Amino acid sequence: MGPLVPEIISSEFSFVIALIIGFGFGFALEQAGFSSTRKLVGLFYGYDFTVLKVFFTAGVTAMTGTLVLSHFGYLDLKLIYVNPTFLWSALTGGLIMGAGFIIGGFCPGTSVCAAAIGKVDGMLFVLGSLIGVLIFTEAYPLLEPLFLSGNFGNVLINESLGLSKLTFGIILVAIAVGAFMVVGFIQKLVTGQNPDYIEFGTMKMRILGALPFIILLTLVIIPDKKESIQNSIAEAKQQKKCVFKAISSDLLVYEMLQTHYKINLIDVRSPEAFKKYHLPLAINIPLDSMMGREWEDIFNQHYKKNVFYAGDDTTAKKACLLAKHIGKSTNFILTESVDEFRRLIFEPEKPEVNASKLAHDKYRFRLKSARELKALAKSLKNSNKPVKKKLKKAKGGCA
Amino acid sequence: MKTSKPYMNPYFAGIILGAVLLATIYITGRGLGASGAMKSIVLAGVETVAPEHYAETLYYKNYTASNPESPLKNWLLIEVIGVVLGTFFSGLIANRVGIAFDKGPKATNRMRIIAVILGGALFGFGSQLGRGCTSGSALSGMAVMSLGGIITMGAIFGGAYFLAYFFRKLWLR
Repeated sequence: MGPLVPEIISSEFSFVIALIIGFGFGFALEQAGFSSTRKLVGLFYGYDFTVLKVFFTAGVTAMTGTLVLSHFGYLDLKLIYVNPTFLWSALTGGLIMGAGFIIGGFCPGTSVCAAAIGKVDGMLFVLGSLIGVLIFTEAYPLLEPLFLSGNFGNVLINESLGLSKLTFGIILVAIAVGAFMVVGFIQKLVTGQNPDYIEFGTMKMRILGALPFIILLTLVIIPDKKESIQNSIAEAKQQKKCVFKAISSDLLVYEMLQTHYKINLIDVRSPEAFKKYHLPLAINIPLDSMMGREWEDIFNQHYKKNVFYAGDDTTAKKACLLAKHIGKSTNFILTESVDEFRRLIFEPEKPEVNASKLAHDKYRFRLKSARELKALAKSLKNSNKPVKKKLKKAKGGCA
Repeated sequence: MKTSKPYMNPYFAGIILGAVLLATIYITGRGLGASGAMKSIVLAGVETVAPEHYAETLYYKNYTASNPESPLKNWLLIEVIGVVLGTFFSGLIANRVGIAFDKGPKATNRMRIIAVILGGALFGFGSQLGRGCTSGSALSGMAVMSLGGIITMGAIFGGAYFLAYFFRKLWLR
């Protein structure tokens, strides 16, 4: 599951990736004509809209791709870098950049591009940018209040509009396609000649324009990975069909006392319920957070068996089914619920004097185990913290 | 010199650029960028030329606190080196490599030189204040639906449109 850095690809190797990605970035910019300053400013005088077309197409393509990957569980959107929103510095910084764009005729990326194929004006723009950055870093103490004002955090635009990601995506695609058609007309008006290229004039281009709509609408209809797993584990039929490996309280206690290090005792109730009371040595992974990446190691290992318990049978079974979807670990459910376990082990009923020997043995076993279990839990207090994977959110940003 | 090949269809170029950006997000969890590389060059420059000043001034201190390694060990700087190579390759196959100096038809050389350095300085300054330029803030921000990225994008293009009339001598006939 992406992003691949730093879990799957090391941070060091990501520098090699940077070089390859930069190569593709530069290639696309140059092929589009972004190394030509007159082509770039054409956008602002209406004679050439290449910038808008390339820019919007790239944004829509990447956005659609991101939504598809996250829908099918290949990309964790929670971990990708979202540029933070500092309202006032974004606005003033943006306006100053706009002035720089129309006066200098480049933006930083395109100036590097122009410089790389020998354009002297591009090189001068890069030089200017370095000076501008230096002025900022030197004047930073004066600018800090503005730089830090209006902090809204990492807000997503769809959230601030109260829309789902998919809905906003469809709207953005519609805006892009609409803009492409409008700029075609503007260009014709400004230059007074028919452009050599008509927007969506060919069938191929029409299909290409419709494609992101079709993809996003398809995503609306089909349930995403999380949803489809939830649906399948909630189905009563599934729960009946699946043969659960169950372990009784007595056996669990016995195994824990012998080989506690071979068992993950997992409480899938809410953190509040867990805090109130939980079995000795249990860790808490609430049912609805089981699919979080931070727990994937627990459901993917085969050194320990996972034993799930909850307040009721159905929840424990759901957790066990879910674990089967997530990974390949060996999963058991506890036959008894948490309250039954407590009664059985910690508050055992003293058998009648003339009860069977077995009943007496069981009683003694439970008394003794309860004591030992408590002592074990106490001695392992610090070594039995759940191994929660620390997730690193990607760092990013241009500034 | 052979005539250069025409530019690619903007939509196809856009799809390639979008695919590059998507790969970046999928692999690294971050977006593309350009002005960040300029920042790391400036930081490294200041550190080399005036190490004492670097160690004492607020901005550089903040940077060192959050990035203990050399400012040159920066993802975006390496990426921009890639940009130079990729651009050069593209220019080479399309016969567009060669020393040139582009300007508007009515602009004088002197006008253009002053304007391009001034424009660069404004863009460099603004990109630091706005936390990213057209690539890092506007384009990458749009792909991940960042509100800040889209505000910056609106301000960049809005600002340029607003000022276009006043600088028409630089660009128009």
